[in-house]
Order: sequence, then C-alpha cells, then structure tokens
Amino acid sequence: MQQERASSPSGRWIDLEEVSKVSSLARLGLSEEELEGLARQLDQIVAAVAKLSEADVSGVDPTAQVGGLHNICRDDEPRPCLSAEAAIGNASQTSAGLLRVPAIQ
Amino acid sequence: MTLLEEPIPELARRLRRRQVSAVELARESLAQVERIDPGLGAFLRTTPELALAAAEEADRRLAADPEGSSPLCGIPLAYKDVLCTEGVETTAASQILRGFVPPYSATAVARLNALGAVPIGKVNCDEFAMGSSNENSSYQTTRNPWELDRVPGGSSGGSAVAVASRLVCAALGSDTGGSIRLPASFTGVVGYKPTYGRVSRYGLIAFASSLDQVGPLTKTVEEAALVLAAIAGPDPHDSTTLQEPVGDLLAGLEQGVRGLRLGIPREYLEVGIEAPVERVFESSVELLRGLGAEISEISLPTTEYALAAYYVIAPAEVSSNLARMDGVRFGPGAERAQSLRQAYETARHRGFGPEVRRRIALGTYALSSGYYDAYYLRAQKVRTLVAQDFAQAFEKVDAVISPTAPTAAFRLGERTADPLAMYATDILTLPANLAGVSGISVPAGFAEGLPVGLQVLGPSLGEAMCLRVARALERELEIWRQAPPLERVAA
Repeated sequence: MQQERASSPSGRWIDLEEVSKVSSLARLGLSEEELEGLARQLDQIVAAVAKLSEADVSGVDPTAQVGGLHNICRDDEPRPCLSAEAAIGNASQTSAGLLRVPAIQ
Repeated sequence: MTLLEEPIPELARRLRRRQVSAVELARESLAQVERIDPGLGAFLRTTPELALAAAEEADRRLAADPEGSSPLCGIPLAYKDVLCTEGVETTAASQILRGFVPPYSATAVARLNALGAVPIGKVNCDEFAMGSSNENSSYQTTRNPWELDRVPGGSSGGSAVAVASRLVCAALGSDTGGSIRLPASFTGVVGYKPTYGRVSRYGLIAFASSLDQVGPLTKTVEEAALVLAAIAGPDPHDSTTLQEPVGDLLAGLEQGVRGLRLGIPREYLEVGIEAPVERVFESSVELLRGLGAEISEISLPTTEYALAAYYVIAPAEVSSNLARMDGVRFGPGAERAQSLRQAYETARHRGFGPEVRRRIALGTYALSSGYYDAYYLRAQKVRTLVAQDFAQAFEKVDAVISPTAPTAAFRLGERTADPLAMYATDILTLPANLAGVSGISVPAGFAEGLPVGLQVLGPSLGEAMCLRVARALERELEIWRQAPPLERVAA
C-alpha cells in the first residue's frame, strides 16, 4: 500500500478529487474552500492510519463486534410502540401525518 | 460546603432518616448549578420542574418505605446530552439536533428515573461524543474546575465537571474510546466504562455502535458501583446487551488487592507519558504493591496499531450512523430546498461541526470501494489482535493498570488545530473499547496541581474486579474528599 502511494503523482494519500467525491457521497455540502481544508487534514489522518499496513494480519479473522452474541431474534409479535404522531413529532415538515420532503430530482 | 459533597450512601442514609428531603437536595443542586455553572459551562439545560416533581415523588417513596427504596432514590443526577430524555431537548451538542425533543428515554435514564433518582439536567459534551476535550461542542465551552483555562477532557466533559464541582451527585456519560475515563482523569472523579453489552445503548444517540457504552461518573468508587448496578443488565430494546446476571457489584468492593495479580503493559509506558503523570502512576503502583498486589510487566503487542484501527473503525461506523441526521425526521430542516439532495446537503452543512465532518468523510472514504480492504477490513483484523492481546493478558493477571491518559488536562485551544494530537489523547483508553473489556479511571494523585487517574482494566464482565482494585487505591488516597477550588467561579 505504501509503495503504491509513494508512486502516486500527487504524493498524497488522499487528494482533493477523492475528498470531493466522499463529501458528495456523504451529502456534506462542503464549499471548495472547506474541501481544500478537509483534504489537507484527511491526508495527514490517512497517512497516520496507514500504519495499519505494517501490522501482520495474515490468517487473522476480522472482528466486527465484541459481544460474542449471534443472531439475536425476538418473537415476531406486535408490541407497544410510539404513535405515528409521536414518531414524526420532531420532523421539520409534515403533511397529513406524513413526512414532507422536496422532490427527488 | 454543600450537602452534595457527601457520597451517595451517606445522603441515602440521611434521606431515609428524613434528616434531609429529596426536594431540599434537588433545590441545593439547582442552586449550585445557578451559582457555579456559569463559570464552568457544564450544563446545556436544567430541568427544574422535572427535578422537583421527581424529588417530591422520591420523598413520598422514602416516607412510605425508607428501607425498601433504592440508595439512588432522591439523588440529583445529570445526563450527558447524547442520552435521550423523554420530553427534554437532547442535542448531542450538535446544531443538527437543535430543538430535538425525544419521545422516549434511554434505558439507562429510564432505569434511574424508575428508582427515584432526580434529573437535574443535560450536560455538555463533544458534538456526537466525538472528541477528547469537550471543545467540539457546538454550544458552549466547558472548563476544567481545577484550572479554568484547561479542558475538562472529553467527550463526557460536562458529566465530569458537574460531578467534580459537586453540582450533582453523579452523572451518566458514554465511552467510545475513552470518553468517560479521560474526563474522569482530567477532573479528579471516578469514571466507569462497562464491558461492551453490559449496559443498554437504547436511547443513546449512536456514535460507533460496536464501541459505545453508557457508564457512570461519580466522586467515589462505591457510587460508581451503585449507579452501574442500577443501569446494567439485559434490555429487550438492545439485542447486544449481555444476558449474564450483573451480580452484586458492591459485595467485593472492600476485599483489597492482597494476592491479586496486576499487569502493567510495557507498551502503554512507551507512548510518551509526561513525567508528572508517570510519577503519580509509579506511586500508585508502589501503593498497590504495598497493599499486597503482585505487580508484573505484561505485553499488549498490538497497542501500536490500536489507535490507527480505532480511527478507521469508529469513523466508518460514524459515516453509517450519522446518515440518519438529514433534517427530515429531527432537527432543523432546510427550508425552500429545490431538491431532496439539496435539502440533505443544506441541513448537514449547517448542522455538523468540523470534527463530525472529518469523521464522516474519513469513514466514508475507509468504506469506499478500492479502500475497504486496505483500511476497514484491515482495521477489523487488527481489532481481533487487540482483543486477543487482552484475552492472553487476562490469563496471567487479574487486572491491567496504567495511567488513564499520557497527560493531565491540557489548555483550551492547545490541540484544536491538530486532529492527530487530539486523537492521541485516547491512546491508553481506546484499546479497551476495541476489545470490549471493562475499565475504570480512579483519581490517583495530582500532576502539577491537576488531577490524574489510574486506569484499571478488567476482563469482559470484570466489573467487580475493576471496582475492587480502584476502591483499594481510593481507600488509601481518599482524593475524592478534595473538591476543586470553586470560590473563584461562584457567581
């Protein structure tokens, strides 16, 4: 991973284009100036976490959770829950008991 | 001198004997907040009406059944603002949740309410609990009561300051990489991060779901055990809670450390611990040795990769968890947006502060195709090694001890421009979250006038062991009797 990066033309771990793409995927709505600042910081952070490439993880399984529990199911039966009114009580815009949002374009 | 100087068991005795009423305690707590907190900034909001109503109910219960009521009945508490409180604004210190009033309470909060505890209010934290200094709150600065130009630590800084300053008897915080233990160390209080799954996360606004745990911050170890016992245990609302019985967390508290094997990870002493902090740690070790503990050096070899693994895994979970913060179901929406995409982007741009943006971007990057294997998958494998390190260590020792953090409280503004320096603050606390093991920070002394904690890590479900070791040190030092010099900040 490090060799690959050292030969990248920008010499950076993560460039402005990648940060812009990530910001777009995450709907962060950042301006050009904010993206540039973020790119500089992310470059340093990614360089630091790239230390992971040095760890010997051959034959090691990934761990996603540490509780040791598997497939916890509950009975598929109706239970008391929030009313629809309470559930949407914090929404910024509602209409006829539903969430209201602008059109998808 | 305030009644709130007294530990909870003493206040509980007085409440049962009717020497003090819960209403008097609630009024005292609210008055302390009004008098002292403007100079500290721990509270985002107080809930006087709820507090007095709960206190009146607690007094009724104490009168009807003094011996049958919980030691927490009538005790003033504060809740970190990442815990949902029914009918009380809950913001996670973020603008994107400004005005959010949860329709239900977190299980940990509901359990304390049910025992008659008195909710004084919601306390400040880093935005969505992301930070180590409390400086990432989008609402206000919280100051360290020991030196006002210092940070209280984060992210449960408001919880720590409220307890250290005797504004309340105890507070709940949450710990994803050290967010209970670190501010406890920086402010001279006890902070407990339970075993993953020991306490329900229902109603805790999620930061990194595989790492988050709710836990208490208190003046004393016994108080931590009392609050932990009240909130721990299985919850049908959180399928990751462990089914094992909690057991009696108070029974073994005074057993001491004679014959216990305590391990010091050599790698933890190589992270650049500041000399005054190291001196406090060394004197704690000598004290525990003098009490009969068998101290040995151990190795947690994956420590050098733990920070990197954490700062991939936690942001990855952030990018997923915070996708729900879109201004549609809660928080200020975007008026007059032309499209749904624009509405999302406007709400999120207005709503998220710099650190939250950084972590969402980092996590999104680490999960994106082409980088997933190099970062996220690799970090998960390193996580396995970190957990194995601890499992092997706990075959040789009963508990692991270390300083809670490499430094005492640093100055406000000192690390805000350097995210990596801020992240390194958690280097001694976050491995426990990756492994899911239990841990406590207990006041161990002062480094140039600032409190520092000893961290005691125990195995999974090793709550009683952590509490017992911490109590042994506390019994010798009694640091909890020293309150910070608050005369300066009293209005």
